Amino acid sequence: MELRSNVPDGPIEKKWDSHRFNLKLVNPANKRKHTVIVVGTGLAGASAAASMAELGYHVLNFTHNDSARRAHSIAAQGGINAAKNYQNDGDSVWRLFYDTVKGGDYRSREANVYRLAQVSANIIDQCVAQGVPFAREYGGLLSNRSFGGAQVSRTFYARGQTGQQLLLGAYQALMRQVHAKKVKLFTRHEMLDVILVDGQARGIVTRDMVSGKVESWTADAVVLATGGYGNVFFLSTNAMNCNVTAAWRAHRRGACFANPCYTQIHPTCIPVKGEYQSKLTLMSESLRNDGRVWVPKEKAVSEAIRKNQKSPNDVPDDGRDYFLERRYPSFGNLVPRDVASRNAKMVCDEGRGVAVSGLGVYLDFRDAIKRDGLDVIKEKYGNLFDMYHEITNESGYERPMMIYPAVHYTMGGLWVDYNLMSNVPGLFVLGEANFSDHGANRLGASALMQGLADGYFVIPYTIGGYLASNKAAKVGNDHAAVKDAMAGVNARVDKLLAAKGKRPVDHFHRELGKMMWEKCGMARNEAGLKEALAEIPKLREEFQRDVNVPGSASSLNQALERAGRVADFIDLGELMVRDALERRESCGGHFREESQTEEGEAKRDDENFCHVAAWEWKGDGQAQTLHKEPLTFENVKLTQRSYK
Amino acid sequence: MNVTLRVWKQPAPNQPGRFESYPAKDIPAEASFLEMLDIVNNQLESEGKEPIAFDSDCREGICGTCGIVIDGRPHGPGKAITTCQLYMRAFNEGDTITLEPWRAKAFPVLKDLVVDRAAFDRVIQAGGYISINTGNACDANALPVAKLDSDRAMDAAACIGCGACVAACKNASAMLFVSAKVSHLALLPQGQPERRTRVVAMIEQMDKEGFGNCTNESECEAECPKEISVANIARLNREFLLAKLLT
Ligand SMILES: Cc1cc2nc3c(=O)[nH]c(=O)nc-3n(C[C@H](O)[C@H](O)[C@H](O)COP(=O)(O)OP(=O)(O)OC[C@H]3O[C@@H](n4cnc5c(N)ncnc54)[C@H](O)[C@@H]3O)c2cc1C
Ligand code: FES
Repeated sequence: MELRSNVPDGPIEKKWDSHRFNLKLVNPANKRKHTVIVVGTGLAGASAAASMAELGYHVLNFTHNDSARRAHSIAAQGGINAAKNYQNDGDSVWRLFYDTVKGGDYRSREANVYRLAQVSANIIDQCVAQGVPFAREYGGLLSNRSFGGAQVSRTFYARGQTGQQLLLGAYQALMRQVHAKKVKLFTRHEMLDVILVDGQARGIVTRDMVSGKVESWTADAVVLATGGYGNVFFLSTNAMNCNVTAAWRAHRRGACFANPCYTQIHPTCIPVKGEYQSKLTLMSESLRNDGRVWVPKEKAVSEAIRKNQKSPNDVPDDGRDYFLERRYPSFGNLVPRDVASRNAKMVCDEGRGVAVSGLGVYLDFRDAIKRDGLDVIKEKYGNLFDMYHEITNESGYERPMMIYPAVHYTMGGLWVDYNLMSNVPGLFVLGEANFSDHGANRLGASALMQGLADGYFVIPYTIGGYLASNKAAKVGNDHAAVKDAMAGVNARVDKLLAAKGKRPVDHFHRELGKMMWEKCGMARNEAGLKEALAEIPKLREEFQRDVNVPGSASSLNQALERAGRVADFIDLGELMVRDALERRESCGGHFREESQTEEGEAKRDDENFCHVAAWEWKGDGQAQTLHKEPLTFENVKLTQRSYK
Repeated sequence: MNVTLRVWKQPAPNQPGRFESYPAKDIPAEASFLEMLDIVNNQLESEGKEPIAFDSDCREGICGTCGIVIDGRPHGPGKAITTCQLYMRAFNEGDTITLEPWRAKAFPVLKDLVVDRAAFDRVIQAGGYISINTGNACDANALPVAKLDSDRAMDAAACIGCGACVAACKNASAMLFVSAKVSHLALLPQGQPERRTRVVAMIEQMDKEGFGNCTNESECEAECPKEISVANIARLNREFLLAKLLT
């Protein structure tokens, strides 16, 4: 199989414009004859469904949430990037492009990233017009903050609730189209398979999560905007119901899964407390604008703090190691996430960590409060401090916050070309679910940008190009492929219910998560990865035999929902490990211990690994085949990333 | 710690429900309320018994998915929190805790503690948006918005649509929810063109859904996890009156 990126020719600044011109158009009167399925109502899905409906397409939109407004995008706190250069501080499309390619450690596709930077400015315009209440200055104009991995201020935000406000904007646009009957929305519907006819994606199978009814839906194209797979680690900052099932089912139908091992570990999360914990909470990285990260210089001092014999406030300045400022003087506390996370792990591995478990570092606002006053800090971050207080029962104003890295985002995802179409014709993938723009590491405030870029400004064009040049016959619900997919879904549900073993679903999810975190987490090595590769099949076998899913298929059954997702996570986990093993270099969020510089920084191997690793499904019990899409850099020079 | 749960169990919509007791044993005091339910459910599942159905997703107070009436209060004891932000340290050893779903005609129970809040979506569909197609926008800074207006709009827009306001109100009124969206959009210049039609359409839909009337008791504000102010309801009434008078 050949993976064709379909990147248009010509200079990078002209590619998107000329491509838009060259794409075939669907006549306005014909648009309503086309049905497009969109799975997901997060930033990517809601913006795509609304925008395509505005154009006149007939859209069927699905979400497993009880309302489109509750997609996981709602939880994003910090902000969204855009190359507006409102601050006059030297930002430009080119700089955002450059920062994103560099931040991704040169493992993304240049042309896609350039387009992302180009449309970023339109996103802000669109959102403001929808009524998104971004933060403003007294003069009434938009305010910006800086985020990790950039030296300009280009992040737009709405208090600590940027994702919420952006999603409500997209959700409201979607509701308007539902009202206009251009979008048919199905909530509490979980997609469990993709239907392929003659090799093209022509529909999906869903389960109504209230009645249990399994149904099929056919269309001219299918768009997946189903989010990331961070919950493969069980503990992550993702919402409880985030899962890989939609993407994984598409993978099993032939869509290549790209760079599954690229996961992002976010440096500023609240440390883990105990076994019972169900998820981790992120403290927005914007806190690193004003908070200073440190641990005690002396191990003994850390120990005393852990035993509650000493307060961090009593550690004098010369006893504190502001390790990010020390090691990276030009970026300081604002180094990219992977660098910040790895350094936190390093100081904790040295025994200088501070939480009871030893896995924690301080994020200290003492100096910022002294400089700007308590009111200013409260105004900027009040809700984050409140959240911290609720969870830990401690005040971040009085005592430095404790943070530790946690799984947060997945750069890997279904492989897509420049049109955001997977290698399965008619199957498009948007937002976090695709692999396209962030390479091996995503910069803060860039996921919201990408989700909305894909949904508002890319898919409305590229879907037309596909539909105009693919005139396939309608597929009825009695088509053999439809029946076959339905039967497969029913059989799978029955199998999960039939096991009737002794353990709850969560048990297996936790076990998988622990293994992934230890062997395929912040640092990876060959021996550990090989162990994981040997253990995962055992876990799968145990799951199939010993899981207990009570209840029936024909009613609301949350254990059944979770069981299906965990089964797919186990398979995905195995692929992630294999991908991590294969990539014998360090890049971005993927740190292979065998490949580091003398100073302990990630060391890339451009000669052997400057490619996208795309895995093709070969059937149950068989290893996927690896395909490589070479990455060429014509506009950005490959250098070893340095934030010193 | 050990507590006893009295939980509303209802197998499906339109079927009778009743309270059932469950022991919750050896719960770490640092656990959240929903983590306590996870522990109980894991135990039930390993015994092959059906777990207690409840909704949650973000577990950090922003998605508005969770919502249990705990000892008579939507989202339980504590101020300005959602159910997922409630911690077991709010309870005492040996407590009996009562768990019920949101109860309102417009929010039918689907199973146990899970309710259907689609009525809220339909209220938004009726007009809770600014009609602007993708691509139509002008430069974001071409339209300055006074910081105070923008901040007030943001205060209202912070609503998470959880429905606690409805569950707290003896009339099951949705006025706080509706007023938050109407205020958010009416406070911004972008929201002006549809200001009058929006409020009328949303109120009509609200009534159609079977939500009750507001009798100014402010229980909604008291239980709102985002502390949305009843001042928004006053604004809603004003907007509605003006719209009716002027159109
Ligand atoms: C705590 C947190 C904070 C963050 N903060 C920021 C930030 O400040 N800036 C930033 O840029 N990024 C941030 N991110 C990342 C960003 O929020 C996400 O990457 C982004 O919102 C993903 O959007 P999406 O539309 O791709 O997917 P999602 O929002 O995850 O939506 C997925 C949708 O797909 C649906 N779905 C999934 N599977 C199925 C299925 N099988 N059947 C039916 N429906 C399905 C879901 O119901 C949902 O509607 C943050 C992430 C987290 C976890
Ligand atoms: S689960 Fe999201 S608000 Fe409680």
